[in-house]
Amino acid sequence: MPHRTAQLPESLLEIQRSIEEHARGYGLDFWETSFAMLDYRRMQEVAAFGGFPVRYPHWRFGMEFDHLSKSHVYGLSQIYEMVINNNPAYAYLLEGNSLVDQKMVMAHVLGHVDFFKNNYYFSKTNRKMMDNMANHATRVRRHIERQGLDKVEGFIDVCLSLDNLIDPMSPFITRHAPAQDENKEKPPIEVPRLRAKSYMDKFINPPEYLDERRRQLQEEQEKPKRNPPEPERDVLLFLLQAAPLEPWERDVLEIVRDEAYYFAPQRQTKILNEGWAAYWHSKLMTEKILVASELIDYADHNAGVLAAAPGQFNPYKVGISLLRYVEERWNKGRFGKEWNECDDYERRRTWDRQLGLGRQKIFEVRKLYNDLTFIDEFFTQDFCYENEFFSFARNASSGNYEIDSREFKKIKDKLLFQLTNFGEPFIFVQDGNYDNRGELLLRHRHEGVDLHLDHSRATMASLYRVWHRPICLLTAIDGKPRLLRFDGTEHADRPA
Amino acid sequence: MALRIDPDHNRFRDIVRGKIKQNLRKYISNGELIGRKGKDLVSIPVPQIEVPHFHFGQPGQGGVGQGPGKVGDSLGPAQPDKDGQGKAGSDPGEHMLEVELSMQELAEILGEELELPRILPKGKERLITEKDRYVGIRRVGPESLRHFKRTFRQALRRQIMMGSYDPKRPMVVPAREDKRYRSWRTTPMPQSNAVMIFIMDVSGSMGDEQKEIVRITSFWIDTWLRSQYAGLESRFIVHDAAARAVDRDTFFRTRESGGTMISSAYKLCAKMIDDEFPPSEWNIYPFQFSDGDNWSADDTTVCLEVLKKEILPKVNLFCYGQVESPYGSGQFVSDLRAGFAEEPNVVTTEIESKDDIATSIRAFLGKGK
Repeated sequence: MPHRTAQLPESLLEIQRSIEEHARGYGLDFWETSFAMLDYRRMQEVAAFGGFPVRYPHWRFGMEFDHLSKSHVYGLSQIYEMVINNNPAYAYLLEGNSLVDQKMVMAHVLGHVDFFKNNYYFSKTNRKMMDNMANHATRVRRHIERQGLDKVEGFIDVCLSLDNLIDPMSPFITRHAPAQDENKEKPPIEVPRLRAKSYMDKFINPPEYLDERRRQLQEEQEKPKRNPPEPERDVLLFLLQAAPLEPWERDVLEIVRDEAYYFAPQRQTKILNEGWAAYWHSKLMTEKILVASELIDYADHNAGVLAAAPGQFNPYKVGISLLRYVEERWNKGRFGKEWNECDDYERRRTWDRQLGLGRQKIFEVRKLYNDLTFIDEFFTQDFCYENEFFSFARNASSGNYEIDSREFKKIKDKLLFQLTNFGEPFIFVQDGNYDNRGELLLRHRHEGVDLHLDHSRATMASLYRVWHRPICLLTAIDGKPRLLRFDGTEHADRPA
Repeated sequence: MALRIDPDHNRFRDIVRGKIKQNLRKYISNGELIGRKGKDLVSIPVPQIEVPHFHFGQPGQGGVGQGPGKVGDSLGPAQPDKDGQGKAGSDPGEHMLEVELSMQELAEILGEELELPRILPKGKERLITEKDRYVGIRRVGPESLRHFKRTFRQALRRQIMMGSYDPKRPMVVPAREDKRYRSWRTTPMPQSNAVMIFIMDVSGSMGDEQKEIVRITSFWIDTWLRSQYAGLESRFIVHDAAARAVDRDTFFRTRESGGTMISSAYKLCAKMIDDEFPPSEWNIYPFQFSDGDNWSADDTTVCLEVLKKEILPKVNLFCYGQVESPYGSGQFVSDLRAGFAEEPNVVTTEIESKDDIATSIRAFLGKGK
């Protein structure tokens, strides 16, 4: 591994090897990981690029960078760790951090790499994304050279406004029936005939007409009924297949879609992934790596990472507490029918079957769960009360956020709602030839919350830019079904 | 150190300033970070552009948090029309300063907003600085320095040689080896010097509001010229019946009473130029602000005389701003206009209220002298 030695001084490599040794001892299973040491400016740049050293030119990376460098200058935040889901994995250390911080980051990163490698939701992601991102950048730059920056950037803006219209589960499911086998025998087509005497038959049912009719029927049968045949959640895929795009536009849209799918599992597993990494850095640090003189600094920084300010949902904190809670329950055998049905407070409090299954269980959790299923299954009433969760909402009169409930059910509902489809609406392509006029009909599967209308209209304008024909959206406003329509110049809506 | 992200960053700032991509302007929201600078809390504006998406619209959905507190306890102000997912802010402090723009940025914005021309250096040779000059072409370099014409000429030449150029469909696409970049040499350059001489009437008729106007106007002029000249000097003269040179602080604060003899200030100004700022080496910009009520017609005659003989030949531009005072606007501006109608170096404006400040700055500096 020559590139590795070029990146890190030998002393840190030594530490990395020892941390990896300990981590393997606990059963963590990770790819080879290269750490690079960056100064804070490069660190902010890489963070703004979503962890990658190169991205295609776009202002939103500049926006991210602006934000990061301002919060750095005023000491508001510091980038602790960054790691790329790639094989081999790449991660970054901040130059000038103390040794104990570097150790903690390394341990934390190994937790993430283990998670990337083993969690089911990451199993379909591209593991050569480092190269892919660079290729995307090259492709976009080439388009910019041919088409001009404003044109290409404008189209990227359009694509980004649609980049949540994907189907994150589609890599795991076959959504569409395989295309009909062309060679399969179909029943011969019977053209209905008028009744006629045999000598009149060729006048009443002229053979030319019958042939013509047979041909028509055949064509109709071969033609797919609808495009798409079933409502399609991967709107971007549908657009790629059916929209009248120029080659460079198709390429840009493909790139945006590709990256959206790559990042989707990270958004799906924020709590679990961070919790898992935090669990392992604290285990590795406290049990194996720390030397006595580093203890205070470690405790201080660890507390900073896991701090839960009032009103803030810290995924590190929630993730690690929930994992530890699961570990404890399975260690003590607090699961199964008997446990669930026991309502004797004292018995529950002292329940301990000494099964020691905790470690095994959390490894299973890291393999099979995402945030939604993790919270759904393990966020129990006990856990909720022990960790003082509450739900909050905006008080319309004061304009402040206020704690509005400490009821378990309400809190959990809210959490699950925010995690379902990333807290975003479900939008489907219903018909690519709506009204037989080539219009695009989308349907919003309404689940109790209305769409943001201004932004929806603006998004429809983006869709128009791609589809070039009017865009219709079926949704509901205040409980009544409405059809929004954008014809390229004007927005209209009517009851549907 | 140049970063790869710099072009993206500049592009973002241009969008926020409204220079490019007006269509995104309506999606800019002004977030802020609360920071600390010494003892003070400072608000750091962080403009954000949110590309529109299909998303849920009900504001104040809130979220789930963790910690002590009972139902009804406040967690701090919510951002209006934004469904915060656990984004309640911490309590802001009592007084906050806005920090965002450096003086350089401010001057750029001023220049852009007012469409002020870049002022050409006079080319004095007293002070020497180093200056990079683009003198040649080379085959490697940053994209921002790419020489478009040469690059495309090279690409065309290559395509013709390779036979891939089709005159019916003239499409020239440069490949990497076609690219040509400007290269530079560092050369010593004379640096231009400039001095601003602000003259303000502080007689009894100039009230607080008038001085406020003078202060704001001078501030912006100062900012703009500083962005144009390295090593800019400023001098301040206040006068009633007699004139004296003061420092910046006094200039903006004094309130005196008494009569008005503008000639006294002109004489002092002329003397100052002669003593300190030989016009062969300095760009000189006197700015005079007054309510225009001179003591007597005789004094005005003296003023015009001094201005014509002693000051105008030596300065780049003479600016006179007449501020309307509660006692009405004086005669002096008309006298000046009558006396120097033919003189391109004299600019006069009347500033009736704060709204006219921008117009008069444009009048003063728009000439690019």
